[in-house]
Amino acid sequence: MEDAVPRIAMVGVSKSFPGVRALESVDFCLRAGEVHALLGENGAGKSTLIKIMTGALRQDAGEIRIDGRPATLDSPAAARTHGISTVYQEVNLVPTLSVTKNLTLERQPRRFGLISWRDAAKRARERLARLSVDIDVERPLGAYSVAIQQLVAIARALEEDTRVLVLDEPTASLDAREVELLFQILRDLKRQNIAILFITHFIDQVYRIADRISVLRNGRLVRTAAAVELHRLELISLMLGRELEAVDSAPPPAAAPAAGEPLLAAEGLGRRRYMGVFDLVIRAGEVVGLAGLLGSGRTETAKLVFGAVRSDTGRVRFKGRPITARSPRRSVRLGIGFCPENRKAEGIISELSVRENIVLAMQTKRGWLRRLPVDEQNRLASEMINVLAIATSDAEKPVGQLSGGNQQKVILARWLASKPRLLILDEPTRGIDVGAHAEIVALIRRLCKEGMALLVASSELEEIVAVSHRVAVLRDRCHVGEIAGAGVTRENIVRMIAGG
Amino acid sequence: MKERYIPIAGTIFVFIALFLTGGALYKHFLSTLVLGDLLADNAFIIIAAIGTTFVIISGGIDLSIGSMIGFVGVVMAGLVGHGWHPLAAAAAMIAFGVLYGGIVGWIIDICDIQPFIITLAGLFLLRGSCFMVSLDSVPIKHSFVDAFSAWRIPLPGSGFLTSSAIVMLLALLAGVVIAHFTRFGTNVYALGGDRTSAALMGVPIRRTTVMIYALGGFYSALGGVIYALYTASGYPLAGSGVELDAIAAVVLGGTLLTGGVGLVVGTLFGGLISGLIATIIDFDGTLTSAWARVVVGLLLFLFILAQRTLIGTRNALRQSIG
Repeated sequence: MEDAVPRIAMVGVSKSFPGVRALESVDFCLRAGEVHALLGENGAGKSTLIKIMTGALRQDAGEIRIDGRPATLDSPAAARTHGISTVYQEVNLVPTLSVTKNLTLERQPRRFGLISWRDAAKRARERLARLSVDIDVERPLGAYSVAIQQLVAIARALEEDTRVLVLDEPTASLDAREVELLFQILRDLKRQNIAILFITHFIDQVYRIADRISVLRNGRLVRTAAAVELHRLELISLMLGRELEAVDSAPPPAAAPAAGEPLLAAEGLGRRRYMGVFDLVIRAGEVVGLAGLLGSGRTETAKLVFGAVRSDTGRVRFKGRPITARSPRRSVRLGIGFCPENRKAEGIISELSVRENIVLAMQTKRGWLRRLPVDEQNRLASEMINVLAIATSDAEKPVGQLSGGNQQKVILARWLASKPRLLILDEPTRGIDVGAHAEIVALIRRLCKEGMALLVASSELEEIVAVSHRVAVLRDRCHVGEIAGAGVTRENIVRMIAGG
Repeated sequence: MKERYIPIAGTIFVFIALFLTGGALYKHFLSTLVLGDLLADNAFIIIAAIGTTFVIISGGIDLSIGSMIGFVGVVMAGLVGHGWHPLAAAAAMIAFGVLYGGIVGWIIDICDIQPFIITLAGLFLLRGSCFMVSLDSVPIKHSFVDAFSAWRIPLPGSGFLTSSAIVMLLALLAGVVIAHFTRFGTNVYALGGDRTSAALMGVPIRRTTVMIYALGGFYSALGGVIYALYTASGYPLAGSGVELDAIAAVVLGGTLLTGGVGLVVGTLFGGLISGLIATIIDFDGTLTSAWARVVVGLLLFLFILAQRTLIGTRNALRQSIG
């Protein structure tokens, strides 16, 4: 089988978007009867590669061969005729329709022009039987668990002639038992000689199911290897890359504050299907970093601590007292700030002016009845614009017109203005140019010197190493360990992520 | 019982309970005469509401139904006055309704406009056009119209099915077949359930949207024809507010305004419930007809509340698993 003609071979495939080289001369091959895991961090080119393989995008250069013969995949329909079926990350079915209707939509068997539901249900059951799923096909899809919905999506994608199955993060919202069920089905499909491309960011799952692994980084395929030959540590190093130089050559942060009273202590915090249970302590004047691969639970941890997502279990103490009825509003009033990762969707209100965005958190803290006087608002806004060097012509400009880095600074300013005791920063430097990057790192250090506590989640290990006194390391939605003081190095973090 | 039949079971239960209440309170209420009248009096609203059911299941709304009924009436009266046979005029008006609805659906899809706004524009446009055609009620005088009103099937007991009731029942049957036994019908449910997923699963969104509103236009025009034949006149104010009665009938029939869920047959019972309340008030004689509206309002509120609870539990279920 090793030397057999691959089912799909991509040779020298490149794809560019305006300003970005998404894929650069990628050679990739997928064999019949294998589960091939495709890994990579954000922006590595995974989705571009899948889209080219499934006909949603066309490559700029390079060739795709199917069973050794050149093929043109210029539309999803063309990919389909070559036997390539795709199941996307989100379940793309209609929850209000019955399972039968979902499985047979637009291809129902008809008799005398009218749909024969008896035949349709029979077909639906046959399709599910291929995956050893036995459920009542007349019930609405939405009545079933996400795992079953995922299997129904796979059943819909699997045609009689399917030879390649592309699964884009199929396990993202499944629990351990459901993942096992899915894997059993994948092993079965493998025996039917179907080639399976499995996109995921759960390292443990990769080693449980994959025969081979390919790693993409910055649009290049950096390695394809048999799973048994690729050590975990090596895999993670490949994903993160080595050429990333330290952002900032400034000395590491001053020694951590003496172990004092925790400012915030999360005890047994967690949420089913969202984040494994964890403990986390943050002291005043301390920067705690959250490190891990994409999807390891960094943002999830930040949101659970802040209260933006409700936890199932555990509690949070603030200055020793448990916080009851946690919510973003309650957290803000206690003096906890949160700069979200996705500033467009969750942080910035782009129609409002710089001033209005800055005073927002402050106003929330005061309550809406005690409106901040306009003079005070103006004073605050101009102070923040100066301190953070926000590049704007004036404080009344709508935030949407500023550059990405400056928008990020406006969110920071918003929380700084409310003088928080604890500031949670999720990806503080994403989408920011190098200059602003250094400024924000410097700002984080200054803030903690002034006694503020910070929780910083970042995908850039160098950033975490540069600012953190202590680092909580995450893997597959679980906290796997903590590193403190001089032990906070890139190598130690990578080793802990790998579980070595 | 299957989840999808719970709302319709509730509707039918309310209908029967009201009917029995009427029977307990008034003599001669429990008769086929009352039932036949109920079907005849509400035929045009129910016909129009069948079209609305499709529109609402697809996640849209149609506010121009009442104006369509008025417009169809006055133009039909005009055409018959000019010597057209009423059937020819009716066919022309139904063709107009289909074309008009199709264009509305096309605009909704191509310009990505909210159905609420464009059909509101249609409401004003068609109502205004009614007054351009005629400011007064125009009688429709033709031997066919007399024959149409006279023709009826006797029911056991003293009642009978009028021709308009028969047209309504046939239209309902057609609606049920379209909704449940054609690909188009399933696509309507898919579209209302999750538009993006439906598109990814290969549902032709534009064609389906055009067909949904064309079907809505067909049913509202047919409702207008039946109303004109039933009253033997075209009146520019006819059907005012019927769009809201139709929406009420659809919702009382168990269809969710959020789209994706509902049964065409529910609309029959939804429409009959409002009619039944009016009948009870007529029988009583001491209550003003204002009470009919109040009771329908209360019932609507209760139904929406019940739907909310049903959806609420379903969403809670989905959230707990995902």
